[in-house]
Amino acid sequence: MNSKQLAWRIRRHGIEMTHLSRGSHIGAVLSIADIVAVLYNDVMSIFPHDPKNDLRDRFILSKGHAGAAIYAALAEKGFFDVKELSTHYSNGSKLSGHVAHKGVPGVELSTGSLGHGISVGAGMAIAAKRDHKEHKVYVIIGDGECDEGSVWEAALFANHYRLSNFFVIIDHNKLQSLDLCENTIELIDLGTKWRAFGWDVIEVDGHDHEQLRNALSQNKGEKPKCIIAHTVKGKGISFMENQVLWHYRDPQGDNYDNAIMELEASRDEE
Amino acid sequence: MRNRFVQTVSELARDNSNLFLLTGDLGFGVLTQFQQNFPDRFINAGISEQNMTSVAAGMALEGKLIFTYSIANFATARCYEQIRNDVAYHRANVKIVAVGGGFSYGALGMSHHATEDIAFMRALPEMTIYTPADPLETEAVTRAAASQDGPCYIRLGKGGEKQLYKDGALVSYYEANLLRSGKDTAILVAGAIADQAIVAAEILAMAGIDCAVYSFPSVKPLDKATILELADKMDYIFTLEEHNIIGGFGGAVSEVIAEQRTRAVVVRMGLNDEYTSMVGSQSYLREYYGLDGESISKRILNKLKF
Repeated sequence: MNSKQLAWRIRRHGIEMTHLSRGSHIGAVLSIADIVAVLYNDVMSIFPHDPKNDLRDRFILSKGHAGAAIYAALAEKGFFDVKELSTHYSNGSKLSGHVAHKGVPGVELSTGSLGHGISVGAGMAIAAKRDHKEHKVYVIIGDGECDEGSVWEAALFANHYRLSNFFVIIDHNKLQSLDLCENTIELIDLGTKWRAFGWDVIEVDGHDHEQLRNALSQNKGEKPKCIIAHTVKGKGISFMENQVLWHYRDPQGDNYDNAIMELEASRDEE
Repeated sequence: MRNRFVQTVSELARDNSNLFLLTGDLGFGVLTQFQQNFPDRFINAGISEQNMTSVAAGMALEGKLIFTYSIANFATARCYEQIRNDVAYHRANVKIVAVGGGFSYGALGMSHHATEDIAFMRALPEMTIYTPADPLETEAVTRAAASQDGPCYIRLGKGGEKQLYKDGALVSYYEANLLRSGKDTAILVAGAIADQAIVAAEILAMAGIDCAVYSFPSVKPLDKATILELADKMDYIFTLEEHNIIGGFGGAVSEVIAEQRTRAVVVRMGLNDEYTSMVGSQSYLREYYGLDGESISKRILNKLKF
């Protein structure tokens, strides 16, 4: 399986999981699908049958509402049975709407409240530094999540302690819960901000696997790395793209059928 | 208490290379000893308690034993969700050390008075809560916290608290420590205000009332056996804390009594669901809010008379 194929499967599972469960946040799942696929397929050291192996790279999804994408990636990579994905959101399931670590191999941190994951990741990164370990720590945060003050506390901290093993990927799809980011709380220029906080900043097309691979594999300098991934919320399903409606809505009826049809068509093109 | 904590944690760090101390830019002159001896294991996270607490969780999830240090409200209320979601839910091995329990910071004002912290920390599953009364109990609970896996909250006073036990006395970190024996009634106390309970018992003795004083260095888990034993023998037991009477130590004792058929009625002494808006030193504030030895003894006397 290559990263494109994994991304396609994450999208396919995402549609199915939110359809079955009548769960939300499909827009965010589709937005990060390519980033997650490149990380799990090409960039991170992972050990599906020994998920706590100390040599693994650490991954945290700070925007926990896109958890379905992580569950799908982990299942496809063999951390647990793909069949379990259909229990998402349901009574007695381990797969809660926001990503959870309890009983789910491969998940380092339960999240769901925004602005936590980046700080916990910084803690993991400084622990690795002090122990002279080689693994990296990757955290995906949202652009709307940058409204949280604690994100900037972590940004200051990671620079001050020169956490060069720390990668923060911003899923910059320009939409948040109710509206465009710029109509909610202006972020102005994220790149300038993170650079001013002392980070190495690379801006990429968050759906271009080659660009993502290069940015996520860089390994030089003393600074923490911020990858601003320009993404499209709802990417891959035409009627969901850039629509704030699809932050919370779940695909049912014609919407579900059309989404599957579009996805199946794009699979043939591969 | 602060100094004994730092001395103890430094001793522990000598034997445990996984032990780290994180501060939210507090502890001037107090943490120096640790910082000088273990520069690689001392991290000043700056004035950012939310980040410090989540960083602590991340480090603990990587196998480190973490102590975080700040003034009580900043170490708890300011970053409560980080404690809840990242530390407690993940059972991270983080020991949250708070200085300034109660009115320790006196005239600095209500922002620095920790008078609800026991209540909200007690509501967190997985959280152990220590409220040492003096330097010896501080050392005992610090050592206990370091040897236990999982989150702890250690609520210290400030500095200069009297030693209430004899040098070298063996004090428990969990069971109630007897500070003064007595058969008529008992004051159960959490924290450094134990010194006022002893004063109260001495005044009561002059009035012919034999009042026991027990210090509870652990509020969670709580030494229920001692509470129930006293509650069976006495008509009244009194709880004392520099904290709101709601949800704190007195609340915890009341919960134990409410679930059993016992003889005693519990009387909670503390702040009566109010903020400390008065300006003054710790001893002035204790007096103002009726928590000094003399006020406590009067209250007990009135209760026992009727």
